[in-house]
Amino acid sequence: MQAAKIILFTLLAASAATAVTYLNPADAEYGDVVMNEFSDDAGMRPVVFPHWFHRIRFRCKVCHGDLGFAFKAGGNGINMLKIIDGEYCGACHDGNVAWSIENCDLCHSGMPNTPTQVHNSTSQKLVAPVAPGSVTQPDAGSED
Amino acid sequence: MRQKPALVLLTTLLLTLAAGIAAGNWKTLRNDQLHDPSNPSLRVLQDPEEALALLPPDTAGNMVNWVTALQRGIISPRSSLREDREHEILDDDVLMLDTMPLPYVRFPHRPHSEWMGCETCHEKLFVSVAGANAINMGKILDGQYCGVCHGAVAFPLTECNRCHNTDSSTVSGARPGGTLP
Ligand code: HEC
Ligand code: HEC
Ligand code: HEC
Ligand code: HEC
Ligand code: HEC
Ligand code: HEC
Repeated sequence: MQAAKIILFTLLAASAATAVTYLNPADAEYGDVVMNEFSDDAGMRPVVFPHWFHRIRFRCKVCHGDLGFAFKAGGNGINMLKIIDGEYCGACHDGNVAWSIENCDLCHSGMPNTPTQVHNSTSQKLVAPVAPGSVTQPDAGSED
Repeated sequence: MRQKPALVLLTTLLLTLAAGIAAGNWKTLRNDQLHDPSNPSLRVLQDPEEALALLPPDTAGNMVNWVTALQRGIISPRSSLREDREHEILDDDVLMLDTMPLPYVRFPHRPHSEWMGCETCHEKLFVSVAGANAINMGKILDGQYCGVCHGAVAFPLTECNRCHNTDSSTVSGARPGGTLP
């Protein structure tokens, strides 16, 4: 038991060391969520949702409690119909709390072909860094 | 004795240097490899440095110490969309002892309940009984339990010592799942 734990620890420490060498120290975009379940297919740039920008203004509970965003990148089935109906982003981006949805390019601002992901998440760093424009890793960085 | 001022000076210098490395230096949206530089509206969006350079610095994640920023009132994020009602804060720590060979984990309720409601974690992510959740590091790295947020939005999992923060010799008579005021 003890031996197994030590081995696990060594493994973890080793992977941590690898992760650290990957880590770009200045990551404002740490926590940015790229949402691309439908956008590319519909000819729009993927959506980039910046957590750093929103958490200055709102506590986590506003979105993940009151507004019902589940903790999973791409896991809420968000589309424009729901947003126009005032759900998800549309609860605020209604021209009232925040600017309204006619500003397509402010949300649809991502590099085309970037898969849905939490940018720079620890698991993304540990498993396989997703290159911009690569289409091979759907849902990388998000857990089930 | 004469060396003391020099030592203080050196330490200050080193600390400023460290802070200088820690803070600043955020990539612009134009070259963060995430935003499309050919989007004409990109200039309307805020560059991270403009906002984050004003907040208490940190050495990981967004390079911002979000806990301090909130507790000092440097930012005052709303806790509700409609009326800004106060939400419940719980001020105890839960001790997690199954961490060999690393230091114990002392989970602090206060900073967490300042950012989110009890229902964000209870009873879906964690049963609210100390010691009742079969948490281990493998599951956390797999994005469960603490790893739902840490490693995605809250500080990354490479910051071992922020969670493994309590030397076992400093807590006497600790029981698994014991809570501390
Ligand atoms: C303004 C709304 C908003 C706020 C405030 C907010 N989030 Fe999020 N969060 C989102 C959205 C949107 C997503 C992506 C959901 C999707 O893709 O369907 C998300 C996704 C997540 C995820 C899932 C990442 C994954 O692994 O897939 C986590 C964890 C998370 N947020 C944590 C937090 C924490 C912690 C805070 C507070 C510090 C916070 N969020 C504040 C809107 C918000
Ligand atoms: C709880 C309210 C709320 C929700 C929900 C919300 N936003 Fe926002 N968002 C804001 C506010 C407030 C601003 C700032 C508006 C301003 O400056 O006038 C903003 C600004 C933005 C910006 C611009 C940031 C910048 O650099 O200026 C983007 C991009 C954005 N939101 C995307 C989204 C997306 C995508 C979603 C849904 C996944 C979303 N938001 C959900 C409140 C919200
Ligand atoms: C407040 C942020 C926001 C704004 C503004 C916005 N969108 Fe979206 N849009 C989203 C999100 C989030 C999704 C889901 C992304 C995904 O998973 O692909 C989406 C998805 C889409 C999709 C694919 C799914 C669907 O519903 O058909 C299209 C097409 C689209 N948007 C077009 C537009 C157009 C055109 C505009 C401007 C009139 C616009 N969007 C403005 C956030 C926004
Ligand atoms: C970030 C997630 C999170 C939030 C938010 C949170 N808790 Fe907890 N809570 C935990 C964890 C983790 C434990 C320890 C579980 C274990 O030991 O297995 C715990 C344990 C508890 C316990 C049992 C131990 C003790 O401290 O007495 C109670 C009661 C509790 N929580 C109540 C609350 C209340 C009330 C709130 C809101 C003010 C809250 N929690 C918010 C994660 C959270
Ligand atoms: C977000 C908080 C957090 C971070 C960051 C973290 N741990 Fe843990 N770790 C825990 C918790 C919680 C447990 C389970 C404690 C319990 O159940 O009593 C744990 C358990 C462990 C264990 C015990 C064996 C096992 O598999 O559970 C080891 C070893 C460990 N962590 C190593 C690490 C290393 C190495 C790092 C840095 C790469 C790290 N941890 C980062 C929270 C964290
Ligand atoms: C629902 C999201 C969420 C979960 C789950 C979560 N945390 Fe956190 N945690 C946060 C946020 C947000 C912060 C604020 C700092 C930040 O964003 O980096 C934080 C901060 C902390 C801090 C630093 C407190 C301080 O005073 O600086 C510790 C330690 C910590 N978490 C440990 C844990 C441990 C251990 C677990 C699992 C038992 C856990 N967290 C689960 C979101 C979460």
